[in-house]
Amino acid sequence: MSLDKATVARIATLARIKVPEADLEALGHELNQILHWVEQLDQVDTTGVEPMTSVAAMTLPLRADRVTDGNRADDILKNAPNGMHGFFTVPKVVE
Amino acid sequence: MSDFTDLTLATARAGLAAKKFSAVELTQAHVTAIEQNRALNAFITETPDKALAMAKASDERLARGEGGVLEGLPIAIKDLFCTKDILTTAASHILDGFNPPYESTITQKLWDAGANCLGKLNLDEFAMGSSNMTSHYGPVINPWTKPGDNRQLVPGGSSGGSAASVAARLALAATGTDTGGSIRQPAGFCGIVGLKPTYGRCSRWGVVAFASSLDQAGPMTRTVEDAAIMLGVMAGHDPKDSTSAPMPVPDFKAALTGDIRGLRVGIPKEYRVDGMPAEIEALWQQGIDWLKDAGATPVEISLPMTKHALPTYYIIAPAEASANLSRYDGVRFGLRVPGASLDEMYENTRAAGFGAEVKRRVLIGAYVLSAGYYDAYYLKAQRLRTLIAKDFEQAFEKCDVILTPTAPSAAFAIGEKMDDPLAMYLNDVFTVPVNLAGLPGMSIPAGLSADGLPLGLQIIGRAFDEETMIRVAGVLESAATFTAKPYSSLAGRA
Repeated sequence: MSLDKATVARIATLARIKVPEADLEALGHELNQILHWVEQLDQVDTTGVEPMTSVAAMTLPLRADRVTDGNRADDILKNAPNGMHGFFTVPKVVE
Repeated sequence: MSDFTDLTLATARAGLAAKKFSAVELTQAHVTAIEQNRALNAFITETPDKALAMAKASDERLARGEGGVLEGLPIAIKDLFCTKDILTTAASHILDGFNPPYESTITQKLWDAGANCLGKLNLDEFAMGSSNMTSHYGPVINPWTKPGDNRQLVPGGSSGGSAASVAARLALAATGTDTGGSIRQPAGFCGIVGLKPTYGRCSRWGVVAFASSLDQAGPMTRTVEDAAIMLGVMAGHDPKDSTSAPMPVPDFKAALTGDIRGLRVGIPKEYRVDGMPAEIEALWQQGIDWLKDAGATPVEISLPMTKHALPTYYIIAPAEASANLSRYDGVRFGLRVPGASLDEMYENTRAAGFGAEVKRRVLIGAYVLSAGYYDAYYLKAQRLRTLIAKDFEQAFEKCDVILTPTAPSAAFAIGEKMDDPLAMYLNDVFTVPVNLAGLPGMSIPAGLSADGLPLGLQIIGRAFDEETMIRVAGVLESAATFTAKPYSSLAGRA
């Protein structure tokens, strides 16, 4: 599979990274190189092989559904590039 | 007194206990060494005042006859660990100004054991790289150079600042993290010991995530004994990381018995890769002979999936990274670049905040996870991962540890391999399979190349059997007697 410019632009949108139109072709070339290289995995027959979902031989533990932390709005907002009145702010989404 | 900086964790701790010197003296010597060697660019943030204040508190505890395992010992932290109220960057522009309101579990354990924080170490951006060239804060310089050749070399990566600072005697030890070789390869390139524990041995809580199913933190030190001591402090179950193993922490130092008689050492035939320099092949053979002389039995093993490990890794790691890095959106912390809409603000922020390699991996990750390609790439890679882990399982029926080279070359020059991402990825050919299988691995400085650069050997252990790995590492270390130090004209040194 080879990525064309439109596909690169679509992935960039999915990843929310602005890529200038002029860079799409070169970037596509780089990504194609990597993708063609990983496609060597197609040589391996993996019929009937379970995909690994956890490398550790353990089941994830459950914990009690209790609040263990909280009331730290100031801590959490301290690093916000733009916070106001105890909230994060973002550009207007609803007109 | 620069002798202070040549101590190990063990000898420095003993010196403090015997009141031969104070923690403040010991720490001041390192603070001075850091100031004199800023050209290495090993640190992103230096915290000398904090280190000295912590040392003073250590001296008070020591005077009262108290003190933890690492009491009074100055160490440095890869800038991927969140440290409360200390700038934490992951070497990325996108985390500009981020001062975490919390401390990572591992660094908290280190401070609780009495260690002092010298500062935060440079790395590849988000730990993505094998040369430390992708850092927003510029490359780290390897303190080693080839004798008679003053070209600057890379320290390896991603824990390049960690390896360079420990090799250059700027810190007694450092933390690293290893997703595909990021502790072991730079340890090899800088002539120090680097230990990646079993997945789940150390808590990942508060460590900036790259690929969560592969990431594991570990110690970077100048001796095997120090690695064992520091791992003992770092390891242990943490309820805040659901993948940390609820297992007791053994006395890793006690594993250093020096007795490996009867142990079976696996030598994987698939690791004799094309184009590997003859001197690395020779060092590997030397390592086999050393272990044989100590009473171990080398056995040939086969890991047939080895050649598929790198491409598997370069699907799984970017996929997880693209998910993990979605949190950097200009809203809650770090850089924000304005845009007309919310989406445009995200896109502008991430375009300006991520470097080229991080963008490449996030885009590859987004692609292999996207509708229509998920099965062909991501699911395929997960199936391969099962086969790679099974290779090791079968191999460990025939052997107790595995011995390999750490990397297929010695440190290369700054700027080399930069135009070809794939050539850079090949650095990790011997280390990546270990992460995919979740096993512990360790690099030991074993010798010098013909050019006078350090070369490492890797020991791979069974899951949660760091002890046998450490025992073998101790024997290799004794046999190799690696005493060489960096040649570069480190300030304040001959």
